[in-house]
Amino acid sequence: MSTDTVLAEIKNLRTYFYLAEGVVRAVDGVDLVIKSGRTLGVVGESGCGKSITALSLMQLVPSPGRIEGGEITYYRTIHKTASSTTADAINITRLKPDSREMRSIRGNQISMVFQEPMAAMLPVRTVGAQIMEAIMLHQQVSKEEARKRAIEILSRVKLPNADRIVDTYPFQLSGGMRQRAVIAMALSCNPNLLIADEPTTALDVTTEAQILDLMRELQREFDMAIMYITHNLGVIAEMADEVAVMYMGKVVEQTDVTSIFRKPLHPYTQALLRSIPQLDDVMARAAGQKKRLETIKGMVPDPYSVLKGCSFHPRCPQYIEGVCNQITPEVIEVDPNHIVRCHLYASHAAQAQTNKDATP
Amino acid sequence: MLGYIFQRIVRAVPQLLLISVLAFIIIQLPPGDIVTLQIQRLRNSGVEVDEVQAQALIRQYGMDKPMYQRYFLWITNIITKFDFGYSFTFEKPVTEVIMERMGYTFAIALFAHIFTWTVAIPIGVYVAVKQYSITDYIVTFITFIGLAVPAFFLAMIIMYVALTKFDIRAGGLFSQEYLVLPWSWGKFLDLLSHLWLPIILLGTGGVAGTIRTMRAMMLDELRKQYVTVARAKGLSEFQVIVRYPSRLAINPILSGVMWLLPWLFSGGLMVEIVLNLQTAGPALYSSLRNQDMYMAGAYILITGFLTAISAILSDVLLAVSDPRIRFGGVEGA
Ligand SMILES: Nc1ncnc2c1ncn2[C@@H]1O[C@H](COP(=O)(O)OP(=O)(O)O)[C@@H](O)[C@H]1O
Ligand SMILES: [Mg+2]
Repeated sequence: MSTDTVLAEIKNLRTYFYLAEGVVRAVDGVDLVIKSGRTLGVVGESGCGKSITALSLMQLVPSPGRIEGGEITYYRTIHKTASSTTADAINITRLKPDSREMRSIRGNQISMVFQEPMAAMLPVRTVGAQIMEAIMLHQQVSKEEARKRAIEILSRVKLPNADRIVDTYPFQLSGGMRQRAVIAMALSCNPNLLIADEPTTALDVTTEAQILDLMRELQREFDMAIMYITHNLGVIAEMADEVAVMYMGKVVEQTDVTSIFRKPLHPYTQALLRSIPQLDDVMARAAGQKKRLETIKGMVPDPYSVLKGCSFHPRCPQYIEGVCNQITPEVIEVDPNHIVRCHLYASHAAQAQTNKDATP
Repeated sequence: MLGYIFQRIVRAVPQLLLISVLAFIIIQLPPGDIVTLQIQRLRNSGVEVDEVQAQALIRQYGMDKPMYQRYFLWITNIITKFDFGYSFTFEKPVTEVIMERMGYTFAIALFAHIFTWTVAIPIGVYVAVKQYSITDYIVTFITFIGLAVPAFFLAMIIMYVALTKFDIRAGGLFSQEYLVLPWSWGKFLDLLSHLWLPIILLGTGGVAGTIRTMRAMMLDELRKQYVTVARAKGLSEFQVIVRYPSRLAINPILSGVMWLLPWLFSGGLMVEIVLNLQTAGPALYSSLRNQDMYMAGAYILITGFLTAISAILSDVLLAVSDPRIRFGGVEGA
C-alpha cells in the first residue's frame, strides 16, 4: 500500500521572523521529502523550527514571520478515482496565504493537528458545528449531510456516542476526547497529508498511547501521509517511517527510522539518543550504582545569533577546531537514503564525488 | 436556561429590598422634612396654612409616624399601586412625571448604544487585526482624545456649530410649534429629526471606550490556538476573524449591557441637560437638588431596580453567547 510517490518536497526553505531585537532565522534552509501514505517524523529540541516548518507548509506563518525563500512543491490531487489519482505540482511558497487556491488546499488536502487540544476549538461553538464548517467549506454538501459526515468521522476516531458528542461543547470533553475530536476535524475532508504538531505532548501517557494507536490506524484507513512533529524520540520510534532531525532551523540528519536508532551519524542525533533513559540505566540505578543520564552539554544558542560554521559546534563533543566553526557543512549522503550535515563525514562526500566522476 | 433566569431573578429580590431601604434612608437624610418645607413654601407664596391644615398635611404624609412605618407605607404604595408619591416641584404624581419621559429616554439610550456598537465594534476588531498599522495609531490617538473629552462638551460644540454654520437649532426633542400639539405624523417626524443628534452625541461618548475594550479583547483572542486552527481549515481571513475571535471578544460588550438601563437615567445626564431633552434623567436630577423627596426616592429606587434588571439581562445574554457560563464550566479558553 505504501508507495514511494513524493507528496510534498521542501527545498531550502527559509522562514524568518523580523523582530525589534533582530532577525530570528526560525527555519534556515530546510530540505524535507514527504512521501504519500508514509509518516515522516520530525524531531528536535524545542525552538529548533519544527512548528514553523509545518506552518510554512500551510502558508500559515504568523506575523512578523515570512517565508524568505525556498520551494515547497506539493503534488495536489486534482482528480481521484478508486484506481488512479491525477495530480499537479504546485509551489506553495508562491501562493498568497489568503488566496482561494491556498485555502482550497488547507483543511482539505493538507490539514493540521496542534499541540494543545484544550485550545484548538472555540469554546462557544459545538464540536459538531466546528467540524461541519470544514466539511461544508470544501465539499458541496447540505447541512444535514455535513452533520451526518461529522458524526461518522467522530465515530471513526473512536469517540463513543458520536451522535451525542456532535452537539457538545469542547469544554465538556476530556483532553483525550478533545484531541480525538480535533483529529476528526482535521480528517473530515480526507486529507492526503496530516501534519501533527506534538499532538500528544499535552496528554498523559495512557491517553498518548491511545492517540498514537488511533493515528496509525487512521493512516492506514485514510491512506494519508503524516508529518509527525515531536521532541520525543520514543514517539518517533513508534510512529515514523522516515525521520528528520532538526537543529536550529536546519535538518541535520534524515534517514529511515531503523537507521536513526541503529546508526545515528550526526553528533546531535547521537546526543539526543543518549539523553533518553535506557533499560540499562534503570537496572544500574536499581542495583545501587550511580549513573547519571547524559544531557547535551551547553544550551541552545539564542535565536538571534547566526553562528559561523556548523550551528551545533559549540555543543559538539567531536568538534574540529578550524573546520566546524568556520565552514558550513553541506548535506552528505553517507548511505543510500541516509543524509547528514556534518564535517565528520566529509570523506564520504569526497568518496561519493569520485564515484560520480568515475561513472561515465 | 429558564431555570437559570429564574434563579437570577430570585437572587435579585433581596438586593432590591436592600436598595429600597437605602434609598429611603438617603432621602430622609437632609435636615428638615419635606412637609415642613412644603408648608414653608406655601406660606412664602402667600397661601394661608393654619395649624390644622399643617397637621393634616403631616398626617397625610405620615410624618408623625416612626421611620420604619413611613418606609412600609412608601414601599407598599410603590409595589401595590405603582405610586411613588407626589412631586412638589412638578406638582404632579412622580409616576406621571417619569412615565411621560420614559419612552424618549428608553429610545434615546437604546439607539445611542446601537450607534456605539455598530461604529465601535467593527473598528475595534479592525485595529486589533491591523495592530501597529498607521490606521491603528490614528484610531488609538483619536480614541484617547475621545476618552478625554466629556460628551457634554462635545454636545455643546456640535450645537454651536450646527447653529452658527448650518442654522440648525439642535436641542430639545420637538420644535416649538409641535411642543403642545397632540401626536401626529408630523410630530413624529419632527421628533425623529431631533432625535438623531442626541443619539449620535450620546453614542459617540461610548465609542472610544468600546473601541479600546474590543481591541484589547481581540488582541488577546487572536493569539489563541483556535484562530490558527480555524485558518488551517481553509476559512478565509474574514471568516476566521468574524466567526472565531470576535465571538469571544464581544463578551465584555454583552456584560456592558448591564449599564444600559441605569445609563438611561444618569449616564447621559450632562448631555441631556445641555441638549435640553425632556427625558427622565434631568427631571430626576433637578428633584435631587430641590429636596423633592419622593421624586428623589423614585430616582434612586428606579436606578437600582434597572441596574438589577440589566445585570440579569446581561448575564442571560452572556449565557446565551457563552455555553461555558450556561453549563457552569469554569476553565477559560
Ligand atoms: N510568532 C513568533 N514570533 C517570533 N518568533 C517566533 C514566533 N514563532 C516562533 N518563533 C521563533 O522561531 C523559532 C522556531 O520556533 P518553532 O518552530 O515554534 O520551534 P519548535 O521546534 O519548538 O516547534 C524559535 O526560536 C522561536 O523563537
Ligand atoms: Mg513547536
